[in-house]
Amino acid sequence: MRSLTKSDVDHVAKLANLALSKEESEKFQKQLSEVVNYVSELSEVETSDTEPTSQTTGLENNLRADELKKERTLSVDEALSGSDNTHNGYFKVSAILEERSDK
Amino acid sequence: MKTTLPLTITQLQEELAKGQYSLVSLVDSYLERINKHNPKLNAFLTISDEVAYKQAKKADKSIKELGKEAFEKYPLLGVAVSHKDLFLTKGVRSTAGSKVLENYIPPYSATVVERLENAGAILLGKNNCDAWAHGASGENSDYGPTKNPWNMEYVPGGSSSGSAVSVASNFTMVSTGTDTGGSVRQPANFCGVYGLKPTYGAVSRYGIVAMASSLDSVGHFARSAEDIKKVFDVTQGEDGRDATVKTTSFSKPKAKMRLGIPKEYFIEGLDSEVEKAVKGASKVFEKEGIELVDISLPHTKYAISVYYIVQPAEVSSNLGRYDGIRFGNPRNSFGAEAKRRIMLGTYVLSSGYYDAYYLKAMKVRTKIIEDFDNAYKSVDAIIAPVSPTPAFKLGEKAQDPLQMYLADILTVAGNLAGIPGLSVPYGSNIKGLPLGFQLLGPRFSEYVLFELAEVFEKATGYKPKVAKL
Repeated sequence: MRSLTKSDVDHVAKLANLALSKEESEKFQKQLSEVVNYVSELSEVETSDTEPTSQTTGLENNLRADELKKERTLSVDEALSGSDNTHNGYFKVSAILEERSDK
Repeated sequence: MKTTLPLTITQLQEELAKGQYSLVSLVDSYLERINKHNPKLNAFLTISDEVAYKQAKKADKSIKELGKEAFEKYPLLGVAVSHKDLFLTKGVRSTAGSKVLENYIPPYSATVVERLENAGAILLGKNNCDAWAHGASGENSDYGPTKNPWNMEYVPGGSSSGSAVSVASNFTMVSTGTDTGGSVRQPANFCGVYGLKPTYGAVSRYGIVAMASSLDSVGHFARSAEDIKKVFDVTQGEDGRDATVKTTSFSKPKAKMRLGIPKEYFIEGLDSEVEKAVKGASKVFEKEGIELVDISLPHTKYAISVYYIVQPAEVSSNLGRYDGIRFGNPRNSFGAEAKRRIMLGTYVLSSGYYDAYYLKAMKVRTKIIEDFDNAYKSVDAIIAPVSPTPAFKLGEKAQDPLQMYLADILTVAGNLAGIPGLSVPYGSNIKGLPLGFQLLGPRFSEYVLFELAEVFEKATGYKPKVAKL
């Protein structure tokens, strides 16, 4: 049986930017192991001569003209309408850079 | 005020043309029914009465000015609709069933929402669903489960749970849903209504919260094959906003048709009454001169594994955009199932596992498509059960994700192959829960499926039904 370790769960949670409680990690470790174990049955299918399918439309490079259309453009106010955390027409975000402390 | 609500679009429009009632008074009646019965069913998350009255007044005016011509100009004039809460509706809250979008009021509408509005439909509100469309029972909604109107101890199916309930309860005439692994067909089956999953790429996904982008298709619920067709006429086709949609020609029904019965869909554990309904329906088709052909889709048993790799992988990517900065709440607002799928998807895509899981799944997906391509060389459509069982009890599978995932076992292959499927209601089991079957066809064969369903309706003397509340 294939199973995820605790460090697998912690690593994946970090990649997905999810903060899990200890209880959640333990539950997911068990549940995800069960699912991963189930889907591992695919290894029995012979696919050495099979191309992968990523989409089913058969369309390629379905392009449109790169033009600005008013009816498909949001105004600044509309674009900002989903957040209270705005300033002068911008979204406010937490700082990701810090001032050097050794200056 | 009108006390008996119309059951089909044709009935509605005939009554409107005769001037039997105004649409404003019809909206009164719908809202009264919703307000009275929705609290126990929890099919609606938002009721958009203001928008509804505005649209009803406009429609009344069109009928007054244009007479019968109004119904040619606006093919869905007066049709009461509700949208799964994954569909963005400008100015009307759209939550995707998740607390992440609890207060999200979109600044634009989905293409399908716009098209229904332009065709004269009246928006009554937004339907409950499993959060982010993750689920087969409606129990994963962050706003509480929706109940099956035929028996409130049972689930309505999912993830488009509230939409199916809305049509089965006559809260609306039509409702919309998304089908990524069966989320339209299965709740339609559990609630005794029609549910269409169109060909991938037939209907624009623009403005609809994305779940798994290579599988998502945008469908709807109604109480007759004709109504399903009337709505599809409006929703299908290019909008210039979804690059997977290309206007193409649909295949036409033939005078002599062949219907395939795939042996792999009659699996161990298939409920005997479900099996009897599907076999009985096949016999009806046979009597109508449609030839039945035994076929094989040998890779069917792997579909669920392929699906539970490809789908969470794409989910983890699509839900990456919810950062709580531009709109919505932060990522700690995700419910348990969304977190589980993000984790699973991130794991199968992560370094060292990609080839073993994701790439392998994409290859087996090709095998599943080849099975269907081979089958459609000898048949025009396929008839199969939708789900291994009728509606199950609330709470029965909620604690065991793997068991819940297996509820999708007979629907996911259609999504992996990108083909259309129509869920057709047919009778009920000993407990009074709805039964039915699905028709699957080659890509862009929707009108063949509609024709088959209409033949079936005529042969069985079908009458639209509404659950007694």
